[in-house]
Amino acid sequence: MLDQDPILQTRGLSVYYDTKKVVTDVNLDVARNRITSIIGPSGCGKSTLLRCFNRMNDLIPSARVEGQVMFDGLDLYGHDVDPTEIRYLIGMVFQRPNPFPKSIYDNVAFGPRINGFKGDMDELVERSLVRAAIWDEVKDRLNTSALALSGGQQQRLCIARALAVEPRVILMDEPCSALDPIATLAIEELMRELSEDYSIIIVTHNMQQAARVSHYTAFLMVEEARVGFMVEFGESRQIFTNPEDERTEAYITGRFG
Amino acid sequence: MAKNPVGPPLGQGARNAWKRMATERAIAALLFLSTFLSVLITIGIVAVLLFEAITFFADVSVFEFLSGTRWTPLFSSKQFGVLALVAGTTLTAVMAMVVALPLGLLSAVYLSEYAPNGVRKVVKPILEVLAGIPTVVYGYFALLFVTPILRSISGDISVFNALSASIVMGIMILPMVSSLSEDAMRAVPRTLREGAYALGSTKLEVSTLVVVPAALSGIVSAFILAVSRAIGETMIVTIAAGQNPTFTLNPFVPIETMTAYIVQVSQGDAPAGSIEFKTIFAVALLLFVITLVMNLLSQFVVSRFREEYE
Repeated sequence: MLDQDPILQTRGLSVYYDTKKVVTDVNLDVARNRITSIIGPSGCGKSTLLRCFNRMNDLIPSARVEGQVMFDGLDLYGHDVDPTEIRYLIGMVFQRPNPFPKSIYDNVAFGPRINGFKGDMDELVERSLVRAAIWDEVKDRLNTSALALSGGQQQRLCIARALAVEPRVILMDEPCSALDPIATLAIEELMRELSEDYSIIIVTHNMQQAARVSHYTAFLMVEEARVGFMVEFGESRQIFTNPEDERTEAYITGRFG
Repeated sequence: MAKNPVGPPLGQGARNAWKRMATERAIAALLFLSTFLSVLITIGIVAVLLFEAITFFADVSVFEFLSGTRWTPLFSSKQFGVLALVAGTTLTAVMAMVVALPLGLLSAVYLSEYAPNGVRKVVKPILEVLAGIPTVVYGYFALLFVTPILRSISGDISVFNALSASIVMGIMILPMVSSLSEDAMRAVPRTLREGAYALGSTKLEVSTLVVVPAALSGIVSAFILAVSRAIGETMIVTIAAGQNPTFTLNPFVPIETMTAYIVQVSQGDAPAGSIEFKTIFAVALLLFVITLVMNLLSQFVVSRFREEYE
């Protein structure tokens, strides 16, 4: 389906909370240096699916994952895989900005420090903040609290924090849902720039956003019998203009969800 | 218009409305009185302390009281250096915190970050039972159980000593430190933890680098409240630490704390109105001021350093 070798691939991926299945048998290919969006109605398992890619579901005691997630040929759920190592190759940005109650500088330096970064920290912090398009706004107050920033700035700071560990994939879980339209545009612009160097997966409620920023789109759905199954996957242009499945069409034209 | 309106139709309800308002006012007045009563009692206590202490300071200068290191009001050669008592209180409180802080913090980190739900549900109430044990029990536990063990380790330790009382006092305030610290840690939003995990943190790194710093204001205020509890603690030190006002930091010898002194005089036969009798008001006033400062400090720390999360 992709015209390239995917960076992430799921095969027969299902997730259970206790005995309840919330993601059902998903086979998804994620393109390298592209933006892939996951859309679908509330409760369709989008976020849970996203959290399989950096094993964040491990933090929920009742969660159980079946199937495979391959990252450049490595099975992320293999026996000898340490989830903490995966998480600095596959970074994450959350629904609400969640900067640590520390200075702006310490927020960005957090990841490199715990991962034993030995190089020039000032340079790395600056580079990450520049990359996240927030450097000019914060360069004069790197030592002030990150909590004093606006929501949009906090979210870009969180992106800078994720970039500082030099991941290869960035997962974004509705990164703009707590932001105003202007801050949302800034983040979308940033995502486009970042996709030159990073592979990005974004979960979003906002179909216009998925259509605007993403190269590929996966549509997940929930039905009475099945929860969190993938209805359709393809280039965003095709999904949003000429979907193959009528359920996709119904969803993107606003007939449900 | 609704078919079945709740209550009487407008107009006919006027009499009921008056009744309701009267009830509301009576309840508000009752609630105000009960609140005001406790404020009044507090003011009364402070007033009595102040009044008696002022008559004491007519005989003994404040400077002599606060700077002297010998405390012998019950002897014929009377000296009123309260520092001997303050030293006893400080020594026991500090050593109690040496026991309670690390243990309390570690158990709070365990309960908040590591313990599975089932374990926490069992352990936390058990820990809190420690807070419900009468302090007199702790006192005899110190004197009859801990002290003999300490004395078997070192012959230099007296029957009454600050060390034994402090250790047991530390155990007594442990649940307070751990419970309040744990509350502060659990109030740290889950999203902060996830943010740290998403950067490749281990559980230990999440706990020590994110959760504890984010909860620091709560932890510090728990600590200060525990110190003020240790300073005011009476029974354990009265039973196990001795009645020898000594200006020393040696934990092996008998000492006397401010609280234990107050007990000693209140039980003794110092005639009301005598200078011996008045000393306890002066000591109590000082004790009150110290714990008041501690509590204000704790409130200041919480309001000044609390991080506002959405």
